[in-house]
Amino acid sequence: MIEGILQYEFLRNSFITGMIIGVIAPLLGVFIVVRRLSLIADALSHVTLAGIAANLLLSKQFAFFAGISPLYMGTVFSVAGALFIEKLRSVYKHFQELAIPIILSGGVGLGVIFISLADGFNTDLFGYLFGSVSAVGRTDLYLIILISIVVIMVVFALYKELFILSFDEEHARASGLHVKSIHFVFIVLVALVIAASMRIVGILLVSSLMTLPVAASIRIAKGFKQTIILSIIFGEVSVLGGLTFSYYLDLAPGGTIVMIAVLILILTMAVKKFSFQKAG
Amino acid sequence: MSSNYSIIEIERLYYRYDREYVLEDINFFQPEGSFLALVGPNGSGKSTLLKLILGLLRPQSGEISIFGEKISQFKNWEWIGFVSQKANSFNTGFPATVQEVVASGLTKKLGLFKRMGKKDWQRVKETIDAVGLGEFYHRNIGELSGGQQQRVFIARALVSKPKLLILDEPTVGVDAKNIRDFYSMLDDLNRNHGITLLLVTHDMEGVSDKVTHVACLNKKMIFHGKMEEFNKLKADESSHLYGYSLPILSHKHHLEGAEK
Repeated sequence: MIEGILQYEFLRNSFITGMIIGVIAPLLGVFIVVRRLSLIADALSHVTLAGIAANLLLSKQFAFFAGISPLYMGTVFSVAGALFIEKLRSVYKHFQELAIPIILSGGVGLGVIFISLADGFNTDLFGYLFGSVSAVGRTDLYLIILISIVVIMVVFALYKELFILSFDEEHARASGLHVKSIHFVFIVLVALVIAASMRIVGILLVSSLMTLPVAASIRIAKGFKQTIILSIIFGEVSVLGGLTFSYYLDLAPGGTIVMIAVLILILTMAVKKFSFQKAG
Repeated sequence: MSSNYSIIEIERLYYRYDREYVLEDINFFQPEGSFLALVGPNGSGKSTLLKLILGLLRPQSGEISIFGEKISQFKNWEWIGFVSQKANSFNTGFPATVQEVVASGLTKKLGLFKRMGKKDWQRVKETIDAVGLGEFYHRNIGELSGGQQQRVFIARALVSKPKLLILDEPTVGVDAKNIRDFYSMLDDLNRNHGITLLLVTHDMEGVSDKVTHVACLNKKMIFHGKMEEFNKLKADESSHLYGYSLPILSHKHHLEGAEK
């Protein structure tokens, strides 16, 4: 596989992307999970699908769009979806979770219309839904690198604000923090990470990379920082392991990545149980 | 203990949700260095009043000043520590150590984009030791008992060295023995560290020998004054003090009486 990576640019791009999303998806995933917003990632990934479908439709009509990677349009849709979720959450203050099915079904609905209008995009669709090892072009990679730099820098700069917002929103407000703005920045970051992760893991499975490593880490970690570090390690192992299996066995990487993440989760549950029994 | 300088001053404050007023014509002040108990039945507007003092709600009419500044212009929120009633109902599965939770109390003091320095971590450690949780420094907060968790939240409020500490029914869910220790700790903070305390409580019995001032709220300010005055009134009106049937003494009338 090493020769393959050295020889083929697409494979190199996929692995570099894999290493990046193995860090940024679980990094934001920790905040998403502890804030009980796991489903937001799912909703946004479906909106991203609508963006990609829109781009494919437009590229059939206008030559200009054919030259642009669908990832860019997907990112625009994802961020717009995030903003719309926030709007819905403020409109339905007492039913905030309503925003998720509204955005999710809206995204799929719009996506399906675009796909039908474009007379389908059969060959590509599978890759978009479940990920692909050969899908990351050079311009995609540039965008993904840019997104990861932004995400890591913002999380680093706003770490303590994001922590306090996640742990105790009321305390954050009482400390005079501008909770709304910080949450807004956060949700845009989530949208960016989903767009970046989508080509490798696939739209249907992108949220799992943000939640499964965290679910495993939260079982055994002491403290928040350790939860983040373990989540990133688990995410990285899942992505790189998943890509390797996907390459050798010719499987969709989304599936292999998620299955490794599930395996890690089961292992941590077993380890925790075992250590409890030992201690008890 | 208490000085003449008022840390909190409220004049003719009204607040309503929809059409119903929850606070009417509230006049209130809290002297520096005092330990004030704010009591009142459920739905009496205590929490609303706290939210207004903390700047979480804006007064619809009337004035609130904090540390001598109008609340809309007040910037030094790190001078105020707050332990909410809800603090106890946090998600106990949250993966944060005692150290991390207490450090989050410095967020506002440090300001945006600034990170914790060596001195800040030292301060966190000292505060955790001061509330008697030194051995739980690296323990996840969910693993602690209710009383210990409450101490963590006190430490989080104290770590930024506030001048005023506001506690909203902090003893809910804490057992009797720990409550006594808890009040002693508050007493120590007030007497020996000069922190002004505003305690919202149902447990007037438990704190009556510790507090210097009392405010009884039931949408209107029914009583507001020193503890001795409250005791005297209690003797006079031995029953029905806590709630609706107390003859309404106007705030002004009472204070004038107290000054004489």
